[in-house]
This record gives sequence, C-alpha cells and structure tokens, in this order.
Amino acid sequence: MSVKVRIPTQLRSLSGGAGEVEVEGGTVGEALKALDVAHPGFTERLFDENGNVRRFVNVFLGEEDIRFLEGLGTPVPAGALISVVPAVAGGS
Amino acid sequence: MREGPFVEGLRCRECGRTYPAEALHVCEWCFGPLEVVYDYEAIASTVSRERIAAGPKTIWRYADLLPASAHGAVDLGAGLTPLLRADRLGAELGLSELWLKNDTVNPTGSFKDRVVSVALTRARELGFKVAACASTGNLANSVAAHAARAGMRSVVCIPANLETAKIVTTAVFGGLVVALTGNYDDVNRLCAELASEHPTWAFVNVNVRSYYAEGSKTLAFEVAEQLGWRAPDHVVVPIASGCQLTKVAKGFRELYKVGLLDGEPHVRISGAQAAGCSPVADAFESGADIIRPVKPTGIAKSLAIGNPADGGYALDEVRRSGGAVAAVTDSEIVDGIRLLARTEGVFAETAGGVTIAVLAKLVRAGVVKPKERVVAFITGNGLKTLDAVAADCGPTVTVSPDLDSFQAAVNVTDWQ
Repeated sequence: MSVKVRIPTQLRSLSGGAGEVEVEGGTVGEALKALDVAHPGFTERLFDENGNVRRFVNVFLGEEDIRFLEGLGTPVPAGALISVVPAVAGGS
Repeated sequence: MREGPFVEGLRCRECGRTYPAEALHVCEWCFGPLEVVYDYEAIASTVSRERIAAGPKTIWRYADLLPASAHGAVDLGAGLTPLLRADRLGAELGLSELWLKNDTVNPTGSFKDRVVSVALTRARELGFKVAACASTGNLANSVAAHAARAGMRSVVCIPANLETAKIVTTAVFGGLVVALTGNYDDVNRLCAELASEHPTWAFVNVNVRSYYAEGSKTLAFEVAEQLGWRAPDHVVVPIASGCQLTKVAKGFRELYKVGLLDGEPHVRISGAQAAGCSPVADAFESGADIIRPVKPTGIAKSLAIGNPADGGYALDEVRRSGGAVAAVTDSEIVDGIRLLARTEGVFAETAGGVTIAVLAKLVRAGVVKPKERVVAFITGNGLKTLDAVAADCGPTVTVSPDLDSFQAAVNVTDWQ
C-alpha cells in the first residue's frame, strides 16, 4: 500500500529537505517504520524508548489524530496521507 | 547597569538541549517545548520594586523579566489591569478575602493582549513583517489589533463556528481572517503545518510561542505588586492549553528568584475547565499523568482545546502546589457569569464564568479554604460572548412610557 507521509520542518534534514515522502505500509506504524528504512533516523526521533509515539508528536491520518483511531495499528488505505505534526502549538 | 532583555537562549523543557533565541518553539530532537532561558543574576542586580513602579503602566513595567525589549514594543497598553477586592462575591461563596484580576479591560478585552504584545515585539525584533495565529477568538482579536498597531500584516485562522462578535472584532482591523470548517484543534494543526510552509510568518502560538507564552507571567507579577508585593495563597486560573496556568506559577517563582518577594511564595494553583472540554480535569480526577485528547463541545469556546499542549505541565503545577482542577457544566458557567456580574459589576465571557463556577465548586469541596487570600483570573470580556447569556438577560418588563404603566408594572416601592 503506497501512502504519503508529510514531514515537519524539524525533521526535513532527515528526508533530504523533502516535505513529503512516499512509502509502503498497511498501517500507520508500518508506514512510519518504512520511512525510517528509506531515511534512517526517523524512528529515534518519533518514538520513545518504549516504542510509543513521543508525547509531543501528533500523527494524523488524513484529518484525524490517530489517537482517535486505532493508534499505530490504524489501517491505511492506498494513497492516504499521514502527517507528522509537532504537538506544542496553540493556546495560552 | 546592564540593559535587558536578559535572554541567554532557548532550552527544551523535556531533554534540555539548547538553542539560540530565534523563531523556534519545539526541540528538533524530541519535539518538547522550548523555554526562554534568562540570566537571573543579571536580572536580580537590575530589577527593583522602585524601578518597576517607575515604569510604564502596562506589562512593559516588567520588561526585565520578559524576552523582548520595551523600547519599540508593540504596545496598545496591555496589562496593569485592576485587581478588585470582591467582598460581595466572597460572601456569597464563603471566602473572607477574594480578589478578581480583571483582565476584561485589556485593549481588546482579554488577557491575550499580554502575550501578543510580547510575541509581536519579539517577532519584529526578529525581522518578521507578518503576524499569524490559530485562535478561538480572543487571540484573533488581539493579533489583528496589535498587527495593525505595528503596521504588520496579519493572517488569523479561526474555527468557522466562532461567536459572531469575535469574528467582527477581528475582521475590523483589516487583516486576513480565514474561517476553517473544523474545530480549534483542526485549526491549530493546520497552523502548525503552515508554519513549516511560511517561515517568514510569525505565528504567535507556533514558531514564536516560546516568547508569546512568557507574556502570561505578567498576570502573576501584577497580582503580587498590587497586593503590596505579597503572593496570594490560592489562585484559580482557566485552562485551555494549560500555558497560562504554568506561566502564572512560573511568574510567582521568578519574583522570588530575583528578589522581588521577601519570602518564598507557596501559591496553591487550581485550574478551571468546562465539562464540554475537560481533558485536564479528567486526568486530575483519575490520577492520570497523560492527558487524553477530547472533542470539545459546549459554550466555553475560548477554552475549547481538546488536545492541550501544556496540559501535562499544568497538571504538574496543580498537583505540586496542592490545588485541584475541576470542570463545570454550561448552565453552571452561565450562572457563574451572572453571579460575578450581579455581585461585583464585572461582565466576563464564558471563560470567566468557568473560573467563578469552578471556584464555587472548589470552595464547596473544601479545596479552596475560607480564610485563604484567593485570586480568580477573569480573562475575557462578556461582550464577546453575548449569546451565552442573551436568553436570560433581557428587559425585566416592557411597558408604555407613562407613569401609570410604570407604577403598575414595576412594583418596587420598598426601594429607597
């Protein structure tokens, strides 16, 4: 399943400057693993030592935060867009 | 004497990595929030109660403790709002010393003028010419107004379902107002992505957030100064992202650190949320460390952040200080607005209703003690959320303009 992952500025040094990377994967977790295979370094930046998405990283499938779906196990349809977005923003 | 700002750089609150004082808001390594690092020794040898008293009657009197220079500040006069002794409301709630920090009277009617004045001052120092934000309304008003004042362009992103008053009072300043078909968390997420695509725009609560957030410390600074350089025993602060609450706590600590308070303050800090969006109150209640995001509902739109960036830090501050976080229903919020207005003459927006209703709840629960010196933060003006009370607040009676009709309809002969 080919999906697109949108990369935030803070991680674009890992993707050679690209803001979007196409990878293969049947779930959100698989797609993010594939991202690390294509561009090594993503896993240690996105996940903590227990393999969970870091506290200050939000991952969206389309418009929805994966925490409202099935987390990293959320299935991704072909052509889906996964966005990695820093969580610290907004409010006061 | 050295002149400020006394900023050394930025530091990740999670992993401690350091960064220069530029337009950066999250750690490139772990995405933790970046905090401004100050040279407190230099501040302590410069700042004094007298120097502050001789300063402007705005937040900029505390410039030594802010991350931007007062010279050339983007300033509409935010801050130094009244601290009102609230004896009638206190009596209704069973409190002997209640104060209201009345931030409804800021230039655009909310505490956001504090943070925006700091953010745009720093943004201009960094060379930005465009100000932007994701907003639930109060911030939109303030960014649009301060950008106009500074001669900057503004791009304000809001949820399309916002209260009409907040849209009008933003658009009047002439910037771009982009209404998005989603909730605040959707708007916020888009702005986090837009900040990557438009690095020449200063998103006050994204890429210059580290500076912006510091503006909320001035709430604590002012309360202490207005109490005669004493800290209160207990403060009640509304929670949206949780940022304001954590910065109020930091503000009291800093005053002691730089020698402006005689003793170390022990301020209990309690947080107020609406039941329609209570992720921090829920975590407090269940003893959890992790904030579970929610989908907001209800009338308190200015607090409707379902995924609060500083929720965890706010929870830490509350727990460490011995406070509590509670949530109240929409009808309790309306009652809170009306109680505050009826007893003290202050008309607050829904967030103020949340604060008063939560204060009442925490007094009943025994968390806020009757003899404590309590300060409630009233952070936004009621004219912005007229819809919340419109159904309950109309003419008492409508009569024809003649004496007999009046006397017959208005039976208050015992009012002398």
